[in-house]
Amino acid sequence: MKYLTITGNQFIDACLSILITFWPSLLLGVKTVLLVAISGTIIGLVIGLIIGGLRAIKVEKGSIIYFIKWVYDILAKCYVEIFRGTPMMVQAVFIYYWLKPAFGWSPIIAGIFVISINTGAYMAEIIRAGIQSVEIGQTEAARSLGMSAQQTMMSIIIPQAIKNAFPAIGNEFIVNIKDSSVLNVISVTELFFQAKSIAGSLYRYEETFLVTAFVYLFLTIITSFILNLIEKRINKTKTSFPTSSTTTNMVKAQGEH
Amino acid sequence: MNDNVIKIQNCRKSFGNLEVLKDINFTVNKGDVVCLIGSSGSGKSTLLRCINRLEKIDSGNILVDDIDIYDQSIDLNKYRAKVGMVFQSFNLFNNLNVIGNCMIAQHKVLKRNKQEAQKTAMFFLKKVGMEQFAKAASTQLSGGQKQRVAIARALCMNPEILLFDEPTSALDPEMVQDVLDVMKTLAKEGLTMIVVTHEMSFAKEVANKVVFMDKGIIAEEGSPQVIFTKPNNPRTQEFLKRIIR
Ligand SMILES: Nc1ncnc2c1ncn2[C@@H]1O[C@H](COP(=O)(O)OP(=O)(O)O)[C@@H](O)[C@H]1O
Ligand SMILES: [Mg+2]
Repeated sequence: MKYLTITGNQFIDACLSILITFWPSLLLGVKTVLLVAISGTIIGLVIGLIIGGLRAIKVEKGSIIYFIKWVYDILAKCYVEIFRGTPMMVQAVFIYYWLKPAFGWSPIIAGIFVISINTGAYMAEIIRAGIQSVEIGQTEAARSLGMSAQQTMMSIIIPQAIKNAFPAIGNEFIVNIKDSSVLNVISVTELFFQAKSIAGSLYRYEETFLVTAFVYLFLTIITSFILNLIEKRINKTKTSFPTSSTTTNMVKAQGEH
Repeated sequence: MNDNVIKIQNCRKSFGNLEVLKDINFTVNKGDVVCLIGSSGSGKSTLLRCINRLEKIDSGNILVDDIDIYDQSIDLNKYRAKVGMVFQSFNLFNNLNVIGNCMIAQHKVLKRNKQEAQKTAMFFLKKVGMEQFAKAASTQLSGGQKQRVAIARALCMNPEILLFDEPTSALDPEMVQDVLDVMKTLAKEGLTMIVVTHEMSFAKEVANKVVFMDKGIIAEEGSPQVIFTKPNNPRTQEFLKRIIR
């Protein structure tokens, strides 16, 4: 453990010295934050695509599949409600200690696991809403060409759903950058955990956490900048919504049926 | 011997308490162009959608090439590939460009390879006069262009029958003719078509048979000459008076 003699009595000086002296451990924290947030968001997105995608499928009444789907919907709803309705900190502690005897896992793996299934619950709803935002006509056109329900979902609906849901998906990523801090309760060495150790060793809480706050802010600002660039790109290529005069015409005609 | 491609027998369909199709009977011969006319809400779209099974009839039979399309054992997706549909609102796939729209079902359903699908797509895009837009985003086209691409997309599946549900109703007036011209060409080439339309001049010129639907029943059917000049049913007369000014 390094020790720091704070020379100036200026607050700002103290902050800078912390940054200069402790940047390696802060950087380690940042790396962990990014690892946890990126993998958690990606795995969460996959979970959301599967769970939300299946949720959006409609099954005809009266068949056995209808019953299975009914049970599935209830289970999926429970999953979403439980993970959105309880604090991630509580989920982290519970899951880490509960499954530790079975898996013998390290905090970082447990942390990625927790953030993934937590994100998955939010993503499931985001994807479901994204799928519902795709016009029914897209499905009808695909089915009328002979494409199966599955082909329609994979090649027509999901790509548009992801595009529509992209802002919300990106937002989950930013939330994860910040919320990874709760994983300090299971000793994941992310940024907040590192900051706590630095602050504890120096007895300098205000300065350390101000620096830490700026590091988080830096991460989220850069991330949202990148996400904005990606979003602009997606909107520019292929799928921008029509702005021609025929659009209003079309909507009117559809309304009349 | 008969050359009926489509036989519709005693078809009924309700949405909840609303009976939309009440005992529909009619036949379509190979190469026929049947125009379905009637006021809004009379069940025209529902009938078309029952023919390609986007909706299910409650009772009756629909036979296509003498095969009961409601039989459990038929391959629904294969059947649908054989019966194309063109929608009022175009429904081009927003995530694909023009040629992608024309290729995807060829690839997924007919299992054509990329080159073959591309060749077929370009052939039909040329036919509808949209080949120079092959690489364009489908969302950037005008309504008339979209509808022509939608027709090409359907043709790429080499359908036996093409169903049109008010293909020009959502178009600006100056674009209607482009789409109707494409449809006329297809009719001349002998494609079997059922067209829901309010374009009476098109019906007069192209149809072999005009079917007038009113409140879920076929009120009158016959050749365009008969329907447009001396209709028997007073309801047909009334409808035509309203629509032809
Ligand atoms: N999916 C549906 N659910 C409930 N009612 C419907 C549905 N589709 C159509 N209808 C109703 O059925 C009637 C006939 O509709 P439609 O076949 O679209 O008529 P048309 O195409 O001749 O205007 C209308 O009253 C319409 O509101
Ligand atoms: Mg209609």
